[in-house]
Amino acid sequence: MSPEIPHITAPEDEGLTIGTSPGDGRREGIIKARLVGVVLPILVFAIAIGLWELIVRVNGIEPFILPAPSLVISTLIKDWGTLSLSLLVTLRTMAIALLLATLGGVGIAVIFAQSRLIERSLYPFAVILQVTPIVAIAPLLLVYLDSGTAILVCAFIVAFFPILSNTTLGLASTDPNLRDLFKLYGAGRWRELVLLRAPSALPYFLGGVRIAGGLALIGAVVAEIAAGSAGHGSGLAYRIVESGYRLNIPRMFAALLLISLTGIFIYAILALVSHLLLRRWHESALDR
Amino acid sequence: MSASALPSTRSAARKPDAVSRAAGEAVQKGAPLVTLLDVSKEFPNGVTALARLELCVRAGDFLSLLGPSGCGKSTALRLIAGLEPTTAGRIEWATGDAKLRPRIGFVFQEPTLMPWASVEMNVFLPLRLAGWSLRDARPRIEEALSLVGLPDFRKAMPRELSGGMKMRVSIARALVTRPSLLLMDEPFAALDEITRFKLNDDLMRLKQEMGCTVVFVTHSIYESAYLSTRIAVMAARPGRIIAEIDIDAALPREEHFRRESAYLQACANAADALHGAMDARDHL
Repeated sequence: MSPEIPHITAPEDEGLTIGTSPGDGRREGIIKARLVGVVLPILVFAIAIGLWELIVRVNGIEPFILPAPSLVISTLIKDWGTLSLSLLVTLRTMAIALLLATLGGVGIAVIFAQSRLIERSLYPFAVILQVTPIVAIAPLLLVYLDSGTAILVCAFIVAFFPILSNTTLGLASTDPNLRDLFKLYGAGRWRELVLLRAPSALPYFLGGVRIAGGLALIGAVVAEIAAGSAGHGSGLAYRIVESGYRLNIPRMFAALLLISLTGIFIYAILALVSHLLLRRWHESALDR
Repeated sequence: MSASALPSTRSAARKPDAVSRAAGEAVQKGAPLVTLLDVSKEFPNGVTALARLELCVRAGDFLSLLGPSGCGKSTALRLIAGLEPTTAGRIEWATGDAKLRPRIGFVFQEPTLMPWASVEMNVFLPLRLAGWSLRDARPRIEEALSLVGLPDFRKAMPRELSGGMKMRVSIARALVTRPSLLLMDEPFAALDEITRFKLNDDLMRLKQEMGCTVVFVTHSIYESAYLSTRIAVMAARPGRIIAEIDIDAALPREEHFRRESAYLQACANAADALHGAMDARDHL
């Protein structure tokens, strides 16, 4: 039997293995291209921030109208004690909500996968929760629940749906031939779920979690603002509301900056987890 | 090759050496292994895929089901595998009971590998579902991969393999249980002709080494004439067998067989039967 050669050489590998004169030039080119890819976005961002600073200084804009970036950073450092505590509160809410949404979303998706009838009966509830704006639900929840729980429930509601719908889709998207194969070898429902449906659904599930991470933050912030207006809560969004009342705009910006950074951080972590889990096999994570 | 039986229960799986000969292996060469009696299959959408099909698969056969698209040849294969129930008629196993049917290996038109699992874990699957541990199964996996010529690709991922190699892994997976009946649904249809010729030769050699019976679905007259000891020619609407052609030449065959009269005659007979069926339909 003639050996067939696998075609798995990624461009980077070529550059590394060749090492001699023709490869060196190409490798340099690749490194240069990557450097530009990293440096250019940073440069553009720095220019934008610099422009903001310049406009504020040149026009002498008052800090309670638009604070300069330098003032936002110094406020962040000055108020770090209060803000970091608020950050922890928001992070905690978000993490618990995301965890519950993952457990709930996956659990219900697995139940949906057992029967079309169950899926059809329960899916409308999930859709109603998804399409009803969370800003409208939050005040209602604050009536029934204490503010901490209400904020958690809000974050959960918005994070839950993408995980449920993506996982449901993933569990239903198994290769029918592979399902036949499992049937042929007498696999039961449970083994089919664990060995076949779950790995097939993994990329879909991870996509859902990535969306849910950002949404959990938004849900927590919206609920905190609703609760904050009622005089409760201590999360980052509450600090924004509070600073607004006191016309402490630099602190408002500092809290806003922290929320953005939190969102970016959560997204980066989830994207990394997704990449690590899929890089060996899924098209979305393969090196190109 | 000695064929120790595949334990079908978890308790037996702990003793993989235990030889409990599976049903079907005792069937004498040439004796009926499975017989389709008056089998019909109608799908819920009203399409009659098969109408009153009569087919006998004998132990040791290399039987090709040859016909155009939509003639129900894949459906017939799925009925034999038990993947779908018949609408009417019976499928009789030599053992008398569908539950005691011989071990079956199935190869699909696509390689149908699990992309998240290595070659080894893909080939392991049938044994895993039968309750084997990876350690017990490893010699079997290595044997199956050697049979298809991929002994060094245990750790490779499916995406790293060419189309032909993926199909070899798929065949290794079907062989890992040492089946006595191998069902193949147009396994080489998506491959280029050169790879296909190579795999045809390998398949014949494999069949002889394993001593199994093969039912092979194809729409290629040449492929069926080259590989088979018998061709069942099928026609569509409704799916039925219109001719059976025996080819008396020992397996495995080699390239020069394509120039021998037995091969040419089989091709001519199969073509005549197919054209006859098409003409008959044109006159309807």
